[in-house]
Amino acid sequence: MSVRASVLAQFERVAQEQKKTLAPLTDDLVLLESGLDSLCLAIIVAQLEDALGVDPFSAAEDAEFPVTLGDFIELYEHAAP
Amino acid sequence: MPPRDGRSLWDAVRAAGALAERALWGAEASVRLGELVGGSSLGGRLEELRGRSVLVATRDQLTAALALIELDGVARRLVLYPPDLPRKVAPFVMATAAVDAVVSDRAALEAGSVGTVVTCSARLAPADSARTGPHHTEWILLTSGTTGVPKLVVHTLASLAGAINGDRVQTVPAVWSTFYDIRRYGGLQILLRALLGGGSLVLSSAAESTGDFLIRAGARGVTHISGTPSHWRRALMSPSAHRIVPHYVRLSGEIADQAILDHVRACYPGARIAHAFASTEAGVGFAVEDGLAGFPASLLTQRGAEVELKVEEGSLRIRSARTAIRYLGSSGEPLADRDGFVDTGDIVELRGARYHFVGRRGGIINVGGLKVHPEEVEAVINGHPQVQMSVVRTRKNAITGALVVADVVLRTAPDSAETGRVAELEREILQRCRDALSRHKVPAAIRFVRFLGVAGTGKVVRQHA
Repeated sequence: MSVRASVLAQFERVAQEQKKTLAPLTDDLVLLESGLDSLCLAIIVAQLEDALGVDPFSAAEDAEFPVTLGDFIELYEHAAP
Repeated sequence: MPPRDGRSLWDAVRAAGALAERALWGAEASVRLGELVGGSSLGGRLEELRGRSVLVATRDQLTAALALIELDGVARRLVLYPPDLPRKVAPFVMATAAVDAVVSDRAALEAGSVGTVVTCSARLAPADSARTGPHHTEWILLTSGTTGVPKLVVHTLASLAGAINGDRVQTVPAVWSTFYDIRRYGGLQILLRALLGGGSLVLSSAAESTGDFLIRAGARGVTHISGTPSHWRRALMSPSAHRIVPHYVRLSGEIADQAILDHVRACYPGARIAHAFASTEAGVGFAVEDGLAGFPASLLTQRGAEVELKVEEGSLRIRSARTAIRYLGSSGEPLADRDGFVDTGDIVELRGARYHFVGRRGGIINVGGLKVHPEEVEAVINGHPQVQMSVVRTRKNAITGALVVADVVLRTAPDSAETGRVAELEREILQRCRDALSRHKVPAAIRFVRFLGVAGTGKVVRQHA
């Protein structure tokens, strides 16, 4: 599975588990408007670390926080081993 | 300035002056402090609350703030009920604090057997402002306990305001804001800073998105703003992060790691950035502004300091006039040791000339500023008939600081061919947790293990951080 597909799959899985209505997953979707709260995003980051073996948030201290889903995916694409 | 002996919050608000220019801005309504001179949020029913133990259980933060301003010095006791606390613990809180009156902004509140219910509104009713009272009002803050029942922590206005000094007089009056709810210690500190320091305050709202809140705070010209590292991580993910241009940014309530301090600095290069240590029980310990994670070891040896710090058995201990007075109605559990030091339960480690926070005693997990006692979660997991034992641990997380995860030992370990059964058990255990616990307490992951480490004490081995 590509990094992008893994990220999208986790968004959908966590939204379902946490009973959140997910906005359509486009690259320009603002993460804070995705329908997911901080706890959901935290779980996604943890599950992606298990699935992909990377946590780009803790790895790159000078990286900017992602604002859109596109930024988020890019962060993982650049970090993926 | 901190209120002098016996002065009420309203007296101190008035003494800070410029009432007509100062305001409390909520998401839905606002009140100029000057309006409180001839008006009341309590519909002119203040006298009915004189000498009573009052539960302030409003939906809205603005109405809560107004009630606190009016009732300090008048009520015997003020119990601040955070909006996210489950309603089912209300009877326990009310009984423990001997509540005999409720202030609410809801039309119908399940007040139980309490006789007096006073409606609080941001639409002020004409009333005189004789808010002087003989009472040194007790302020009761709620903090999470091991069994899911909150602890009631007693403060006074003097202990709450102890960290607020008048030596930072602003040339322009401060406009404060906070991501915190003001019913929590961290938020209450900011309300009092605004009220006692001659400033105004932009209140957050649980019903409002982070982006909308930042836009609203920016529109009011916020100068000073506080939140947990998790609040700030969320704010920095918002396209509206640049809608505020603060002079002062404060982080508290969780460990501020170097990454979040650097991110905040990069976003607000013109701001003073402070990270503070405070807890409901220990009060404000310190705030450091050097932009480095942890705190200088020299803070432990300062002579004549208002706050004395020491490290014993690995944890930070604090003695000052800002600590809480006692627990209310607990089973005699002392809040401080014999010498008056409060054990914060925060484990620190000396690296070079600096102490760093490495976790909590007893494995308490801080998920985005909300405490989780592992025992509470383990009790729910252990209730599953197939579970022999479990240990709930923290897992570091870049968004909320930490997440809850669980290691579970099953009574009969399914063999490797039964992966379907394992997935089913995981679902069942998680469902149990979701039914019984707040969302942040539900494990983000469950790992089935063959055994858990058990210490000589017979207790499951827990690791800090």
